[in-house]
Amino acid sequence: MKQLKSLALLSAALLASAALAQTKQVMGVSIPSADHGWTAGIVYWANQTKAELEKMYPGLTVIVKTAKDANEQANQIQDLSAVNKINSLVILPQESAPLTRPVGNLQKKGVFTVVVDRALTDPTAQSAYVAGDNPGLGKVSAEYVGKTLGGKGNIVVLRGIATVIDNQRVDGFEGVLKSKYPDIKILDKQYANWNRDDGFKVMQDYLTRFPKIDAVWAQDDDIAVGVLKAIQQAGRSDIKFVLGGAGMKEMVKKVQDGDPLITADVTYPPTMIRDAMRLTAKSMMTKATMPKSTIIPSVLITKSNAAQYYYPNSPF
Amino acid sequence: MTTQPREAQTAPRPSALARLGSLGPLLGLLALMVVATLLNHDFLTISNLSNVLTRAAFIGIIAVGATFVIISGGIDLSVGSMAALIAGSMILVMNALGPSLGSVAIIAIGMLCALAIGAAAGLLHGTVITRGRIEPFIVTLGTLGIFRSVLTYLSQGGSISLNNDLSDAYSPVFYGQLLGIPIPILVFAAVALLGGLILNRTRYGRYVQATGSNEQVARYAAVNVAQVKVVTYVIQGLCVALATLLYVPRLGSASPSTGLLWELEAIAAVIIGGTALKGGAGRIWGTVVGAILLVTIENVLNLTSIISVYLNAAVQGVVIIIVAFMQRGKRT
Repeated sequence: MKQLKSLALLSAALLASAALAQTKQVMGVSIPSADHGWTAGIVYWANQTKAELEKMYPGLTVIVKTAKDANEQANQIQDLSAVNKINSLVILPQESAPLTRPVGNLQKKGVFTVVVDRALTDPTAQSAYVAGDNPGLGKVSAEYVGKTLGGKGNIVVLRGIATVIDNQRVDGFEGVLKSKYPDIKILDKQYANWNRDDGFKVMQDYLTRFPKIDAVWAQDDDIAVGVLKAIQQAGRSDIKFVLGGAGMKEMVKKVQDGDPLITADVTYPPTMIRDAMRLTAKSMMTKATMPKSTIIPSVLITKSNAAQYYYPNSPF
Repeated sequence: MTTQPREAQTAPRPSALARLGSLGPLLGLLALMVVATLLNHDFLTISNLSNVLTRAAFIGIIAVGATFVIISGGIDLSVGSMAALIAGSMILVMNALGPSLGSVAIIAIGMLCALAIGAAAGLLHGTVITRGRIEPFIVTLGTLGIFRSVLTYLSQGGSISLNNDLSDAYSPVFYGQLLGIPIPILVFAAVALLGGLILNRTRYGRYVQATGSNEQVARYAAVNVAQVKVVTYVIQGLCVALATLLYVPRLGSASPSTGLLWELEAIAAVIIGGTALKGGAGRIWGTVVGAILLVTIENVLNLTSIISVYLNAAVQGVVIIIVAFMQRGKRT
């Protein structure tokens, strides 16, 4: 009899908790469409995490939307609010300024807004912020370059597109070199627009211009692909290593396999969207408070830890 | 009666001026080369010049095709996306073929595929424009989006890379040399020569110019205007495919950022070269010079660091406008 009673109690408790979980929550995820390797990674991880979270929290629906520009994204989040009645929004804005107001309006309506990677111009519009560490990427890269060259040598820098992110990375990089490795000289820095073709061209011209280059900081793995080809074509042997960034799977594989020129990489992981979605879901479903700001550190990938950062199924 | 001889006398004058003006792009290129050499002595090294010409080959070959389209009064905005789609499809086809075929056969099939896709895309453009009577600007604006998004879909937004062994076997097409001259430069020269011959020495070439200068008159002169136009787009498609054949072995991959804004560079090369954007008249050699000029500006900016990198695009714009200014004599 006693056993039966406790069983009834237990099932009642289970039912109650199930009913609690049944409080339906809808999470909208708005991200840029896959227009280059890194954003492709974002799309991939967002969809992976959607499946994972919906399985983990039965009451949760996750809607992932991609947009090709800021305008389309602004329309989308309006639809998410009006049609899908979202309770929370995880957004990686195409651009910060034009999306600040639309996100702010949503927040005023009671939607929990989590901004990823690119902060809004008015930080009060975002309930929480999750991002990679751009100055950190520059600093970690500079530490590696400085240490590997023994504090002395000539390097060239290939930048991304002229944006705040690019400036933060380059400033972080130069700051460390100036204070810790003053004997390392940056011969020149040019924009390679985070793309392979421009990486190839700019590197070809550097090779013409500078007879001796000790190392290359390509700032991004896509650029590094082009840089490697240009070095190979010119048949130059003075360059000791090329350091990219972001953690593209092909580059991580090279590090793992012990490529002579790609000896390391620095992460700027597209998995940050997964972290943001997980934190948001947890805070919605368990009422845990989410930290106002979460910065995902840039980590140095070397041969010893490369396996942890190699995702063969991801497009990036 | 009295005005007639005077007209006859003055007639050669503007034509002489025009002839000088028509040298605008060449003078511009020479001036730029002098400046470049003064700024950096490495500019005139053979390895740098061959880098510049090799890079100009991509845009140049596409621009030769664009010269035909523009002279006939049309425009093709889709060439960059088309190049990306062709590159991606070609790599996918080559990767899918079994290793039993042998790499030479695989590469040959890949190349044929590329040419077929290019020609088909051109045929599609030409047919929709002439039979469907839609502005070429609109049709190719549409396909610009279509081609690139299909590639993005095929690549899942990442990149499509050629298998390593194939990549090694194919790379001589870009990195190889014949008689000391890189192969892309030779292909570029051949395409330009052939384009010049077709435009200036064949009946078809005259029809292209007639169609562009006045479509109605051409029609009255029994020119099959629709067919002439369709063929210009097919030529454009084939040129894009040829450029892609040289592009793929360079990095062995295609991604959604491949060929971004190539359409603007190709059109700029054609216009700098002295072809009228409204159609009717133009020249292939001018286009070749235009393409080389565009690439040279970029090369010079990379070789020097006098001007802030933020202003690179501004310098390019200024040079383009100056060159156009040098040939303004033609306008009358």
